[in-house]
Amino acid sequence: MSADGMLDAGLAALVLAVAGWTIAARTAFAAVVGFVTYGLLLALVWVRLAAVDVALTEAAIGSGVTGGVLIAAAARLRPTEAPAAAERPGPSLRFAAAGLSVLVSVALAALVVFPADPAPGLGPAAAAHLPELAIGNPVTAVLLAYRAIDTLLEKVVLLLALLGVWSLAPDRLWGGTPGQLQDARRDGPLALLARLLPPVGIVVGVYILWVGAVAPGGAFQGGAILAAMWILVMVAGLHDAPETGQRRVRLLLVAGPAVFLAVGLAGFVVADGFLAYPAPLAKPLIIAIEVVLTLSIAVILGLLVAGPPERERRR
Amino acid sequence: MSRLPDIFTIVAVSAGAFFFLAGTVGLLRFPDPLSRLHALTKADNLGLGLVVLGLLPQAEGFLAGLKLVAVWLLAQLAGATVTQLIARAARRDLPPA
Repeated sequence: MSADGMLDAGLAALVLAVAGWTIAARTAFAAVVGFVTYGLLLALVWVRLAAVDVALTEAAIGSGVTGGVLIAAAARLRPTEAPAAAERPGPSLRFAAAGLSVLVSVALAALVVFPADPAPGLGPAAAAHLPELAIGNPVTAVLLAYRAIDTLLEKVVLLLALLGVWSLAPDRLWGGTPGQLQDARRDGPLALLARLLPPVGIVVGVYILWVGAVAPGGAFQGGAILAAMWILVMVAGLHDAPETGQRRVRLLLVAGPAVFLAVGLAGFVVADGFLAYPAPLAKPLIIAIEVVLTLSIAVILGLLVAGPPERERRR
Repeated sequence: MSRLPDIFTIVAVSAGAFFFLAGTVGLLRFPDPLSRLHALTKADNLGLGLVVLGLLPQAEGFLAGLKLVAVWLLAQLAGATVTQLIARAARRDLPPA
């Protein structure tokens, strides 16, 4: 076996082992740690598959932001963990769930191992129109031009998810401030990290957004990195989360999807239809949408991790 | 003498891998949280440092080398912070000596 093959086999074995360990973990917190590790390993797998865009998103969203949300949830659920574990489902239900999971895995594996010949794919078609868009990264072209409607709806779903989190708060706290993420010492090591890292992280986030036009990167990955810097500052206690009812915050939340939708509607007038771009303006329009989307994504992800409002709104 | 950089790479990366191995053994075998952290930081600092040092002659140009060094510095910063946080949590949980 070649060195590359050995690396891939080892990586696959490690991913499966961590997945098994995560399912078998006894406490929710241990399972979250396993899940984060699993996401980072999966990002390496995507790099090996030459899907660097997916790898960046997996590491930033699948592992980073989701991990943050899950850790907060595990901490919140700790008092109910023992009774929940006591009433775990019976063997028949668990066997049924395991059987269905195995069925899905085998079907997916069969599709990968015995692909149709020639393998179906839109790769050549996606690459053929890149010059018209003046975009060098085919993934960005798919996300913001060919399948822009999916991306638009995805951002709306993200907003709905945040509304779902907010609606966990009682009525009187609506529009209030999310709970303190952690009472940290302002002179502690975390506060030092939260002062040193954001300057680097903000540059990296903006770079990832900008380079998304020609190389792996884009609004989602850049936004996630910016959100991570913001979350770090909030966790370290350097700056409190904003009131969720503030007009400025609400505007930032909807700006990305709103600009996207407005450009999409303008497509009826200046181009061929909804979400179509006039040819010479395609690249500037895509980049403008991505910039605003990045800001909205950063604010949405940051507030998702911050959680539902827990302190009353100041009048 | 053109193979000198390659030999340097092999020696330094192997030394780095050794520190990762030693750090992992320490993480698994040491008796209490603080000594386990001590073992872990050796893997982070020295192991990754030696791997980066070894890869420097293979970097394509000055900027690529700078990126490698930046990766090491950022890992140092994150590692040192997390170690401090875990050590503080561990000391809080320990019975007073």
